[in-house]
Amino acid sequence: MKTVMSNKWAIALYVWPALLLIGCLIYVPLVMTGYYGLMDWNGFAPKRFIGLENYGRLMQDSMFWKSTYHSFLLGIFSTLSLLLYLAVSLVLASRIKGADLFRKIYLIPMLLSSVAIAQLWSKIFDPSNGMINSLLISLGVENPPLWLSDPNIVLFSIFIPIIWQYAGFYIIIYYAALKNVPEEVVEAARIDGASPLQIALRVKLPLISSVFKVTIVLALVGSLKYFDLIYVMTGGGPNHASEVMASYMYGEAFTKYNFGYGSAIGFALLIICLIVTWLIRKLTTSKDDYQY
Amino acid sequence: MSDFAAKKHSGLDGAASRSGRSAGSRLGTGLLYVILGVLAFLQVYPLFWLFLFSLKTNQEVFGASPFALPQDPQWGNYAKAWTQGHINLYFLNSVWYTAAAVFLTIILASFVTFAITRMYWKLNRLVLGLFMIGLMIPLHSTLIPLFSFFKNVGLIDNPLSIILSYTAFNLPLTIMILLGFYQTLPREIEEAAVMDGCSVHRIFFRITLPLTTPVIATTAIINMIYNWNEFVFVNTFINSDRLKTLTVGVNSFVGQYLTDWGAIGATLIISIVPILIAFLVLSNRIVEGMAAGSVKG
Repeated sequence: MKTVMSNKWAIALYVWPALLLIGCLIYVPLVMTGYYGLMDWNGFAPKRFIGLENYGRLMQDSMFWKSTYHSFLLGIFSTLSLLLYLAVSLVLASRIKGADLFRKIYLIPMLLSSVAIAQLWSKIFDPSNGMINSLLISLGVENPPLWLSDPNIVLFSIFIPIIWQYAGFYIIIYYAALKNVPEEVVEAARIDGASPLQIALRVKLPLISSVFKVTIVLALVGSLKYFDLIYVMTGGGPNHASEVMASYMYGEAFTKYNFGYGSAIGFALLIICLIVTWLIRKLTTSKDDYQY
Repeated sequence: MSDFAAKKHSGLDGAASRSGRSAGSRLGTGLLYVILGVLAFLQVYPLFWLFLFSLKTNQEVFGASPFALPQDPQWGNYAKAWTQGHINLYFLNSVWYTAAAVFLTIILASFVTFAITRMYWKLNRLVLGLFMIGLMIPLHSTLIPLFSFFKNVGLIDNPLSIILSYTAFNLPLTIMILLGFYQTLPREIEEAAVMDGCSVHRIFFRITLPLTTPVIATTAIINMIYNWNEFVFVNTFINSDRLKTLTVGVNSFVGQYLTDWGAIGATLIISIVPILIAFLVLSNRIVEGMAAGSVKG
């Protein structure tokens, strides 16, 4: 067994193609983005080494910090909305008839492209012919909000389709975890006279806390990388009011052709994501946790 | 104990059920169903609304209530989108980029997972780690170097850049889902095959790969959805209209026909329908793949 299964040629043949691919297309670019950040470069003319100038500029670029703030704001919204998803999952997992059908229906938006979602919701938010404002006008609201063109509310408007899109995804994760809670434990609590609410909050919730922590990382870090929906729906506007880190980087690189500066933003995005991931792990892991 | 649980055929875990279901508990359960139903409605109604306006004329969209049914369904909107919007072309591009990337991802991921779980070598754990860290990488951080790399090797505006990027970025998740399955797969058959003098390749292709068909189906459908919906790679690496995918093509079409809601709606519906059909047929696999793919880190 061992000799056949330690055939060096076979191992190389099986592992190298995939390894080469992620090496060339993920790891090398990650290093290169930090390196290109040291260059003055428009993507076409030769690169010129300028040291830490781009990174220095980044530190003082109020636009970058504004977009970072927006990204974190979305991250905090997304993390808070996990509580809503968790509540729905707790209900679904408490022997609701048709729970399976419900969670599948909830998942449907998650299957659509962010582009389709963005286009659809642009229509829903349309100031005069959209679903929401038509409803508000018929209810007698005189000046319904301009959802996507009012800089004060645009970020909140964008967050609505995000909740809509991801609901089913997190509900499925929580539901699967809740179904793994041993029936004996729930039954024992019930015999001891615990109410359904007590069982949900005191018995089931603590047992799925490790899954909840994983989803916090997913939601927060996922939001920091958020791009497609915002890029298509508002392009970061009006007047940068919905600019996030990734859209700012994309605009600098592929609209203004500041490849050097764009790379510096991309590198900052990477570092921020890694720090946040590490930090959440650090803050939420305790010794007795089951590790995924 | 579990028999007892199964007999309680409906409703919540209820202390109430022991003393007979009280009216209050029934009301509570009913209320929960109402809430769940409202949420389901909110998740689906926007899509139904999209379907409605895809069949309307502009007069109806701008003149009548947005909640009204189309008076005379304009199926012509679909014909218009399909031909004028080049949706037919984008559609075919999406199909073949997706299919090629899914095939490549699954075969490469199966190779790696087989080598990691079945074969004996030193750097096993390290290589697995490299793939798993790939799950946390924000792809936007790689975008400029990738663009520059593809430009240098002449792959900008070439489908290969898209297929390779999809494969690379989906490998970590695919390997992670496969790994769970490979670890539960009994090794006896493979061991017997080794005794019979089978080569590694024969074992992989003739025994292991066929045994993993269920999990391959799961990863294939998840990969398919992600690739079909992908936006930023195509938007960045492809310039020619004739090479765009549905997701990107739909976006530029909508940009051109800003006020023709009917055609926009029809275009969006066309881009969504393949995924919805896949979901109707394979919803259990999709749910399973999404749940498995999430518990990562």
